[in-house]
Amino acid sequence: MLTSILIILFLAVIIGLVLGFSSVQFKVKGDPIIEKIDSILPQTQCGQCNYPGCKPYATAIAKGEADINQCPPGGEAGVRALAELMGVEYKPLNESHGTTKPKAIAFIDEDTCIGCTLCIQACPVDAILGAAKQMHTIIEKECTGCELCLPPCPVDCITMESIEENAENWKWKYPVYSISTSKTKVNH
Amino acid sequence: MKLLDKIFKFNGGIQTNPKKDISTKNSIKCLPIPSELRLPLRQHIGNMPKLKVKVGDQVLKGELIAEADGNISAAIHAPTSGKIKSVEKLLIPHPSGLPDFCVTLIPDNKDQWIKKAPVNWKKLGIEKTIKLLLNSGIVGLGGAAFPSHLKLGNNRNSPINTLIINAAECEPYITCDDMLMRERGNDLIKGIKLVQSLLGAKQTIIGIEDNKPEAYKIISDLIIKESSVHIKVVPTIYPSGDAKRLIFLINGIKISKEKRSSEYGIQMFNVATIVAIYRFIVHGEASLSRIVTITGNIKEPRNYEVLFGTPLQSLIQDTGGQKIRNNTFIMGGPMMGFKLPSIDVSVTKTMNCVISAEPEMIEAKKEPLPCIRCAKCAEACPVLLQPQELFWFSKSDQFEKAQNYNLFDCIECGCCSYVCPSNIPLVQFYRYAKSEIIAQSIAKEEADIARERNDFRILRLEREKKERAERNAQRKAENTSEEKSKLIEEKRAEIAAAMNRIKDNEKIK
Repeated sequence: MLTSILIILFLAVIIGLVLGFSSVQFKVKGDPIIEKIDSILPQTQCGQCNYPGCKPYATAIAKGEADINQCPPGGEAGVRALAELMGVEYKPLNESHGTTKPKAIAFIDEDTCIGCTLCIQACPVDAILGAAKQMHTIIEKECTGCELCLPPCPVDCITMESIEENAENWKWKYPVYSISTSKTKVNH
Repeated sequence: MKLLDKIFKFNGGIQTNPKKDISTKNSIKCLPIPSELRLPLRQHIGNMPKLKVKVGDQVLKGELIAEADGNISAAIHAPTSGKIKSVEKLLIPHPSGLPDFCVTLIPDNKDQWIKKAPVNWKKLGIEKTIKLLLNSGIVGLGGAAFPSHLKLGNNRNSPINTLIINAAECEPYITCDDMLMRERGNDLIKGIKLVQSLLGAKQTIIGIEDNKPEAYKIISDLIIKESSVHIKVVPTIYPSGDAKRLIFLINGIKISKEKRSSEYGIQMFNVATIVAIYRFIVHGEASLSRIVTITGNIKEPRNYEVLFGTPLQSLIQDTGGQKIRNNTFIMGGPMMGFKLPSIDVSVTKTMNCVISAEPEMIEAKKEPLPCIRCAKCAEACPVLLQPQELFWFSKSDQFEKAQNYNLFDCIECGCCSYVCPSNIPLVQFYRYAKSEIIAQSIAKEEADIARERNDFRILRLEREKKERAERNAQRKAENTSEEKSKLIEEKRAEIAAAMNRIKDNEKIK
């Protein structure tokens, strides 16, 4: 009787120690589901989802506050990936948040720019270079095409230029052909 | 010599009518300098070279037009002397049919060379010689266009024992390597010995298909005295000219995926590339021309040695044009090549062959039928893939699964499409899936950079806010210090005194 109680007690202490140790040692920092959602989002940081950026939107999805179909730059493929990750039904993009557009980058007309720095403050990825009363320019490589620099510009010198297909970014197209419907003679 | 007797057969592959004899009846022809040369800047794998000339510049033959940008890049030289007319986007021989940056050169017909600088590689040392090759403009002329200095240079970690010369030329119709061996055999052998010593290889094996007996005879006569150079005849089974397939045929060594042949002590060069390296080092001539096969449905099929940038139309005109007019041309071989979107393009480093399409190539393309899972494609696949599975996954955009089935091991040889009884354009699906996957991974990289920059910006804004708050607090604290309050009181007293004086003055008035 006593031995069995002691054995149980001993086991309880050992298991308790192991669990306690691992809960401290192997603690998962941050919420892994947020990271996973964030890695699906296109990182445009455009705020069309009504959240200030991709991470806040990911957090809202994880908490169940936001729907999965609020990200126009992610497009249909993005919604599908989110649906699979969250284990929910796919639903079409909510068009009140905007529509999916081909990727574009901002371009500053340097002759018109007055150097007010308002666009620099608006850019979520610091992709605009310039200083007060100096001409500004976009760092093409870093621009995500979020369009957040357009409204603050007082002289409307920023335009969005879509990235055209060229020999470098060209992709092989999906093969399109019609499946033969005519009945071909079969020789037996 | 025992190794040389044995042939290791790879799985699958196909046997077709090689149709090589139609373009080997005539010798290689050189054309007069054309009235205009169009040089695309992107003619190789890697970075686009940096332009070194301006519009209106006078250049000499062999002068640098664009310099290699970084290590994975190749230079471009003026193929003849003349004036730079323009730098603009023009059509290039590419399956997209999209224009790209090209330099247009108007030859002055003097064909005046820049001072040639042959490389004394024995005196200079191998490492410095290979560095010089970076700006030789030499790329793999078999069609892959991989910068050659990279293949010569990476032998520090794993010494190269065997140099394999790819003379298989396995695709039907193409004969440019065959004709080169027949007519430039001497240069080729000198080049082989040179590259062998640059690599430090102990032996060289030339791999040649058994459908080129003339070239075989010429080369084997030339190497009789060379103890370290051997020739090995491989059977005509397409794709024997693929690098990994040829190595297996010759040595029985299987290069596992994601590894290079150099890790197994083997390096491979195409015959035309060897001759280009020889001409650069011994004669100081950069890569300026190549041999192109013009064949198929054409009046007088033959091989031409032409300057890079020569208009393709001038070659087709010289052959007498198409026998049956259909204006359809294929660049590369009939198996792996692509339909040229336009013939208003110029000869580039990758253009080994242009086939004028035979009527049956266009008309006989039967309509595709559903896949019946006969697995003939799996039997034909030389890379031992499951083409029918890859087809399902590519067709339904299941790219992750396609990658798990080793989509990127596919060499796009086209054997599966060739044997498919349902006429499904399988390779087109693999190409589609591959380019989608590549585009997705680029987008992912860009998104990662954007995330990092956004995180940093948020961090920076918070830091600035904190710093501002600290500064304000400090200022406030300074204002409330004793000295400051004393100072303020003194000022206030002075003001009060002044106000009193004003009042007194008013009273006096």
